[in-house]
Amino acid sequence: MAKVATHKREPLVRIAKRDSMPLWQSVLIRVLSIVLALVVCGVIIYMLIKVNPLEVYKSMVEGAFGAFREDYKFFNRRTWITIRDTMMLLCIAVGLAPAFKMRFWNIGAEGQILVGGIATAACMIYLKTLPPVLLFVCMIVASLLAGALWSLLPAIFKAKWNTNETLFTLMMNYVAIQLTSFFVALWENPFGSNTVGIINPQGKEGWFPPVFGLDYMMNVIVVMIITIGMFIYLKYSKQGYEISVVGDSENTARYAGINVKKVIIRTMLISGAICGLSGFVAVSGASHTISVNTAGGKGFTAIIVAWLAKFNTFTMILISLLLVFLDKGAIEIASKYDLNDYVASMITGIILFFILGSEFFVNYRMIFRSKEKGVQ
Amino acid sequence: MGNMNTLLQLLQSSIAFGTIIMFGAVGEIITEKAGNLNLGIPGVMYLGAISSLVGVFFYEKNVADPNPFVCAVIAILCAFLAAALGGLLFSFLTITLRANQNVTGLTLTIFGSGVANFFGGLLNGFSGGVGQIRVETTSKVFMAKIPFLSDLGVVGKLLFSYGWLVYVAIIIAILSQWFLNKTRSGLNLRAVGENPATADAAGINVTLYRYLATCIGTGIAGLGGLYYVMDYTKGTWANDGTMENLGWLAVALVIFAIWRPKNAIWGAYLFGLLFWAYLYIPGLTRKSLELFNMLPYVVTIIVLVFTSFRKKRENQPPNALGLAYFREER
Repeated sequence: MAKVATHKREPLVRIAKRDSMPLWQSVLIRVLSIVLALVVCGVIIYMLIKVNPLEVYKSMVEGAFGAFREDYKFFNRRTWITIRDTMMLLCIAVGLAPAFKMRFWNIGAEGQILVGGIATAACMIYLKTLPPVLLFVCMIVASLLAGALWSLLPAIFKAKWNTNETLFTLMMNYVAIQLTSFFVALWENPFGSNTVGIINPQGKEGWFPPVFGLDYMMNVIVVMIITIGMFIYLKYSKQGYEISVVGDSENTARYAGINVKKVIIRTMLISGAICGLSGFVAVSGASHTISVNTAGGKGFTAIIVAWLAKFNTFTMILISLLLVFLDKGAIEIASKYDLNDYVASMITGIILFFILGSEFFVNYRMIFRSKEKGVQ
Repeated sequence: MGNMNTLLQLLQSSIAFGTIIMFGAVGEIITEKAGNLNLGIPGVMYLGAISSLVGVFFYEKNVADPNPFVCAVIAILCAFLAAALGGLLFSFLTITLRANQNVTGLTLTIFGSGVANFFGGLLNGFSGGVGQIRVETTSKVFMAKIPFLSDLGVVGKLLFSYGWLVYVAIIIAILSQWFLNKTRSGLNLRAVGENPATADAAGINVTLYRYLATCIGTGIAGLGGLYYVMDYTKGTWANDGTMENLGWLAVALVIFAIWRPKNAIWGAYLFGLLFWAYLYIPGLTRKSLELFNMLPYVVTIIVLVFTSFRKKRENQPPNALGLAYFREER
């Protein structure tokens, strides 16, 4: 080849995609990024309150898993609340997994949770005289349908007219929030409080029953069934395969004879239904009430969980636990050192930035100019 | 006359409300036109708001006789730079480190709201007494109205009775419209958002355009936060999450305006009208009020559906919106 006169100097760093990386290396990079993030947070916290960061991290652990006293038991009340919230976040993330795997940006989990929660609360209020089993069937079906309906609209428009789903589902969240405010006003109890209050406090109709005497065991059982089910569905079923083909390339899918529109609508129905079901878990299994805070941003956090876990539902357990731990821990610091709760969002944000950045080093490698020799 | 006054009040509050989201929307339009979908707009508006507040708080506190002009400069610089720094972080993660835009944007929103409410709470704690910070000198500067003109009857009140950032917002929107459609750089920027590979082949520096569009866009959005704290809430801070909703409304407005800054001007005022109209509609109960407040979002969805429905090419979202561009992966 003739030399090009205006040949530019090769850039200092080139970036190339990695073929693969040993598991231990990718885990190491991610752990390092979290450690680095914790150091940064530690420095910030130290500047604010002048307390030894290690002391602060100890309080964080205590906030999530209970105070270390002599009679410490791991499964104390705080640990169970951490488990309960982890299960909630996990359930939403599992619901988002099929949509994201299809590269359909379902940002609407927040709204789907709320409508699922409204449906559940409606059953608890109007159908509480039904026998418990029947009541639970109604609640589950109603929340599944509500969530599915909320995601059906964006799915149909995406499939038929390629309407931007990120923006559509985002808007649906705010419609759902207003709808929730409407129902809160409708069911207000006591009058004038602007809250629904605990639903059925006496008879506990429609509350998750304790299993083995544990209040939140039922949440774990329900969510784990969904998690395992979704793992199998995505990995071993024909429909799961179709989802990944559509996600990789719609044209390939069409060429292979997959009905892309049908897959999009079906997958979004499943995704929305499970998000609706997490509204059921939130209302029936945790708060026993409904408010605009029932979703409380978890629908957005779950997006990050599902994305970081690369749609692997078991990895999602770890990431959900990490995020809930950070949240509980930061709230503990806030109350202990007289700061406000928002320190939790700040710390979560910083750690997520580091994790997001670390993905680059897992997926790409940098080639420096000086090392370059030979071919290419 | 009573009716006239009510209508005037409604229009005035709509314009004030619209100004906040107009800043956010115009900034996001510039960002999205370069192909970056930044869902961190609520976060950067938060960052802009709190930084300007912190900046002038310390200036007003440490200087015996704060100079109004310096106050304004500090507030504007802090708001713009802090928000642009948020945008820089977003750009670094999504463009250089190739992280996903949606996820990074949402994280930026979580982070921004955390930082703002955390430090806002601290500031309110510092100020003691009533437990609410107040930066009076600065907010007076921002709320200063045009003399004489604002007294000229109904017309004067309708057009000239606002703090000057209201007019800055309109000017920025018009300038952005002109920049995007009439300048060479604007054309390049849109090319980057429509088809980065082609733009790259034509010798346009895709990375640079995306960095600049995102940082300047978030900086402008940060001014929305500035207007909110200094004028709309009169130099105070409350941890009530209002700004987050405003930020999402700004994202909605981008769609409503079909990615055109000039549409964002009247769109913003229309959103303001829809937001405040409930105060003036007789017979609304609390329940129907909540349903009424859905309107801006429902209208946005309808616009979104119709633009995709009619398939007019000039009304579509930028073609590469939300997609990262890596030369090696073509």
